[in-house]
Amino acid sequence: MKSLGSIRRDFAPWNDPNAKPYIQFDNVTKKFGDFTAVNNLSLTIFEREFFALLGASGCGKSTLLRMLAGFEEPTAGRILLDGQDLRGIPPYRRPVNMMFQSYALFPHMTVENNIAFGLKQDGMPKPEIASRVAEMLKLVKLEQFAKRKPHQLSGGQRQRVALARSVAKRPKVLLLDEPLGALDKKLREETQFELMDLQQNLGLTFVVVTHDQEEAMTMADRIAIIDKGEVMQVATPAEVYEAPGSRFVAGFVGNVNMFEGKIARGEAGSASIDAGNGLTIRTDNAGTAGAGTAVTFAIRPEKIKVSSKKPAEAVNAIEGEVYDIAYLGDMTVYHVRLDDGQVVRASTMNAARITEDPLSWNDRAWVSFRPDAGVVLTR
Amino acid sequence: MNATWSRFNITSIVLGFAFLYLPIVLLIVFSFNESKLVTVWGGFSTKWYVSLFHNQGLMDATWVTARVGLISATVATVLGTLAALTLTRYTRFKGRVLFSGMVFAPLVMPEVITGLSLLLLFVAVGLDRGFLTVTLAHITLTMCFVAVVVQSRLMTFDRSLEEAAMDLGATPVKTFFQITLPVIMPAIVSGWMLAFTLSLDDLVIASFTSGPGATTLPMKIYSQVRLGVTPEINAACTILIAVVAMGVIIASLANKRREVQRQLDEQVAQRG
Repeated sequence: MKSLGSIRRDFAPWNDPNAKPYIQFDNVTKKFGDFTAVNNLSLTIFEREFFALLGASGCGKSTLLRMLAGFEEPTAGRILLDGQDLRGIPPYRRPVNMMFQSYALFPHMTVENNIAFGLKQDGMPKPEIASRVAEMLKLVKLEQFAKRKPHQLSGGQRQRVALARSVAKRPKVLLLDEPLGALDKKLREETQFELMDLQQNLGLTFVVVTHDQEEAMTMADRIAIIDKGEVMQVATPAEVYEAPGSRFVAGFVGNVNMFEGKIARGEAGSASIDAGNGLTIRTDNAGTAGAGTAVTFAIRPEKIKVSSKKPAEAVNAIEGEVYDIAYLGDMTVYHVRLDDGQVVRASTMNAARITEDPLSWNDRAWVSFRPDAGVVLTR
Repeated sequence: MNATWSRFNITSIVLGFAFLYLPIVLLIVFSFNESKLVTVWGGFSTKWYVSLFHNQGLMDATWVTARVGLISATVATVLGTLAALTLTRYTRFKGRVLFSGMVFAPLVMPEVITGLSLLLLFVAVGLDRGFLTVTLAHITLTMCFVAVVVQSRLMTFDRSLEEAAMDLGATPVKTFFQITLPVIMPAIVSGWMLAFTLSLDDLVIASFTSGPGATTLPMKIYSQVRLGVTPEINAACTILIAVVAMGVIIASLANKRREVQRQLDEQVAQRG
């Protein structure tokens, strides 16, 4: 059997120009009175994709999901599902199902009746409903809880019932609104992997809304980063992290150090950035930015090395003073105040149990990084 | 907690309960009085209860009251529930504040005014006063109480339940009958009971709007008392008190059992 990882690595319809989009947002705008929740947004999602809409609360990501489910109609633009315009189709006729943030389990029905609810609406014959419900209960490992009411279940069990209920009808698309938001950290991590397995096994298209970047990074094939009702970037988790398209994305996903500056001199992608106060950063990732362009140089903390002596071969090495140290067990985070006053965050994996050359508060230290470690942002 | 029974505490409790229940206790005691004189104790007897069941006038009045109560409470529950639904759901229509204020105004309206205005209406329309008019009047009286009870339940109703039902393929009508209605049913039932009780003990509005052949029990009792209190009336009232007390006790016991059951369930759920 192929492992999940290898299936997912091969799956990249967004790179295939002939791939047919499955869900399309075409210049969609949604206004609530004077407030614009979604602003002229276009987005393409492919079949069997695990797609995450990531953004802070109030950025419009839930509105996108609710428009797809049919609870809201776009003010302008259109939404296509498998080539069909969804305008005017009420929620109960759309081939999508949603898992609600509050789970929205029917309190007066048992677990099995909750799961059977959607099947009964379709007029499925009773024996088929029974076997489908049994199958769903097995899928979420809740066989012995079939006769319980929702209030007799723990939070994690309720989440599973909500999941089983929303996939019971085999929808074309499953929408998940903060699916793991109400679970504690440990359960959340377990459930992330279960959701991924489920999505692969059922071959469904998942669209998940989340504000938790770790959740989006773990589960999604691609992530759309939404801010103020607009798409900032759509890319795979690795691209979003390693090649953010803008200052906003770089700052929103993970931790980042940013240096403002101007391209001093550059040829064929590599450049020197004059970051002021005599600080020059050499980078290989300048792209097409020409000399004189105002840019932001962004670098992740784990790509910065901290040492007490200046590393011999380092292209970029800046001197400063250790300002703060946070020991997190698996890694240590250093805050180094450079001589021009800027504080740089650097993190080091604690691969060995004891460090030979421990740095302490107020020590002089050098931060260094390779020329290909950071990215140059112009937006 | 300080659980000492100071003289002050005992006095306040005795005074308080005496104030509340002494009249009722007196009434119950004298319903078992052998003597025909209301205020003179002549020995224990249940003969007034027997004669009560042979008093055709009182029995008729009881029957009228029961029918008026059942019909008016049911209609008022339907209308009140609809009003509550509209007021909580369609929050954007113009004049909602005015409308909701107007629904609840009868709560504080003096009954005399409600009764009088209904009487004027029935006369103007040309409706003969009787069973129909008193029922209609009681619907008017009790509908707003139902609306208040149901509305307060709907305020805390999780709308995503309805969205989930529609998402799973239920039309709005099916969603209402399969999800919304069952979930708010306890509030509707208590609204109905409240309406029934209000109708049962209303005297003022019934006096204004009732006519010959539709005398309710409170009206009958009141008119008999004006001719002199008989032990029979005491017996009738004792039965009424017993019925109401039973209702209250059963309702609170059921509530308590449900509460205990839920706590047990939650413990089970936490153990997994």
